[in-house]
Amino acid sequence: MKILALDSSGLVASAAVMEDDILLAEYTVNYKKTHSQTLLPMLDAIVSMVELDLNTIDAIALAAGPGSFTGLRIGAATAKGLGLALDKPIVAVPTVDALAYNLYDTDKLICPMMDARRQQVYTGIYAFENHRLKVLREQMPEAVTDLAGQVNDYGREVIFLGDGVPVYRAVLEREMKVPYSFAPPHLSRQRAGAVAALGMIYYREGKAEHARDHRPEYLRMSQAERERAEKQKEKNGI
Amino acid sequence: MEKQKEDIVILAIESSCDETAAAVVRNGREICSNIISSQIELHKLYGGVVPEIASRKHIEKINQVIEEALEQAEVTLDDIDAVGVTYGPGLVGALLVGVAEAKAIAYARNLPLVGVHHIEGHVSANYIEHPDLEPPFMCLIVSGGHTHLVIVKDYGEFEILGRTRDDAAGEAFDKVARAIGLGYPGGPKIDKLAKEGNPDAIRFPKAKIEDGPYDFSFSGVKSAVLNHLNHCRMQNLEIIDADIAASFQKAVVDTLVEKAVKAAREYKMDRLAIAGGVASNGSLRLAMAEACEKAGIRFYYPSPVFCTDNAAMIGVAAYYEYIKGTRHGWDLNAVPNLKLGER
Repeated sequence: MKILALDSSGLVASAAVMEDDILLAEYTVNYKKTHSQTLLPMLDAIVSMVELDLNTIDAIALAAGPGSFTGLRIGAATAKGLGLALDKPIVAVPTVDALAYNLYDTDKLICPMMDARRQQVYTGIYAFENHRLKVLREQMPEAVTDLAGQVNDYGREVIFLGDGVPVYRAVLEREMKVPYSFAPPHLSRQRAGAVAALGMIYYREGKAEHARDHRPEYLRMSQAERERAEKQKEKNGI
Repeated sequence: MEKQKEDIVILAIESSCDETAAAVVRNGREICSNIISSQIELHKLYGGVVPEIASRKHIEKINQVIEEALEQAEVTLDDIDAVGVTYGPGLVGALLVGVAEAKAIAYARNLPLVGVHHIEGHVSANYIEHPDLEPPFMCLIVSGGHTHLVIVKDYGEFEILGRTRDDAAGEAFDKVARAIGLGYPGGPKIDKLAKEGNPDAIRFPKAKIEDGPYDFSFSGVKSAVLNHLNHCRMQNLEIIDADIAASFQKAVVDTLVEKAVKAAREYKMDRLAIAGGVASNGSLRLAMAEACEKAGIRFYYPSPVFCTDNAAMIGVAAYYEYIKGTRHGWDLNAVPNLKLGER
């Protein structure tokens, strides 16, 4: 079974090819955000390097959100185009889940955080139980101080990772009451390898969708929709 | 569609603004399918196109639109020779959806990729229904985002004589429509209302641009309409929307016709075409047809479905780029302010 995986949800662009339980190739770049120009050439590079016949893949695993709206759509349109052209399904992997999966089988809590601007992070709280990723708190946008409080409530040691860490490190250092640490560089950002590994599990569980039906999980309304909803609410309030 | 060996069949994708569109075009002139999924109803709620909402809608619809275009043309990707896609100008988030999708399809199928300039697409819309039309000719491109007067010297080769200094013609229509409470999109609504009004009721000014005889400016006439409305309200004068619509439209149309015909004469072009969303304006078509007839110029314009943003026109432009040898790589990016004639 072969899975092709993509993640362009944040600052990192990443592509991977996985066959059964072997990661054949992974290409991850965390340098300037030009995913539109880099993602497909990166995929092309690893596909030719492992002499992959694209027609032999079973599915395309995709970091499906949350993340940068534009980044998510570059990944989604790439995956949907591949899905359409190859007649293959998409396996949508929650971005924050895939980040948490980087820290496989740790006995600590895992708290990925992606910078979501507006003083928030896209985050979730995870732990491993019997070698399976357990979602304690589903991915969501959250203010960092509130998140710190929630993690403190578990009373367990925690590992933070993601591109929100350098942005909010000072807040964490101030707010955290439980022991905490930060994931090392090679595990601390999105990796298509993790998307592929989780995607493989989901695919085996039958969690795939037609490429036509896939849409990113933004976890946030657009600004225009949000402002319109607020106005509507005000109107109803009066 | 029965594909012959020598046929060049192009799958084209367009997502630069608020229409998700795909088309299959054979040999540059024959439209085998032309699917447009419009988001207009959605954007009406906001009085104009909201870029983030447009981008979200594109990603939801794009596969379905492409699949329908293939189906309606009765072809599969096996019959496609190249993928054409609009890569600018337009809304960057919207463009990126079409560009990433087109690249992935072309890559997975090992097909050549041809990036197309959106305005070049609009110009090319004229080739669809006029098999006799070939460059060189004069072309006036008028839409919500663009106002260009160009000489089409060859396929994909343009000499820009003039452009707008401020608002695009269609933008002025939208703004005036909003001011008199017609809502979005303004063009068709003003066109319709103007039919009931007197175009000579109010004299709105026409901008004269000293250093650019073929440049346009529409912010002046738009402001004049707003001032007129204010004036009427303050003096408690009756506001006749239909007269305002008709008079405003006349001011814009007169300017467009005057400059386009003058340019055609100066550059000795015996053919003149119009393109873009505003090219479906009834008053513009009529006035331009009359002026062209008087001047002995043949006048061309596309059907309304090819004036609005569509992928058929992108397929036509892609064909001529394709046979000229234009190919883009897998690093093709969306270029929101792409200049005409650049690639």
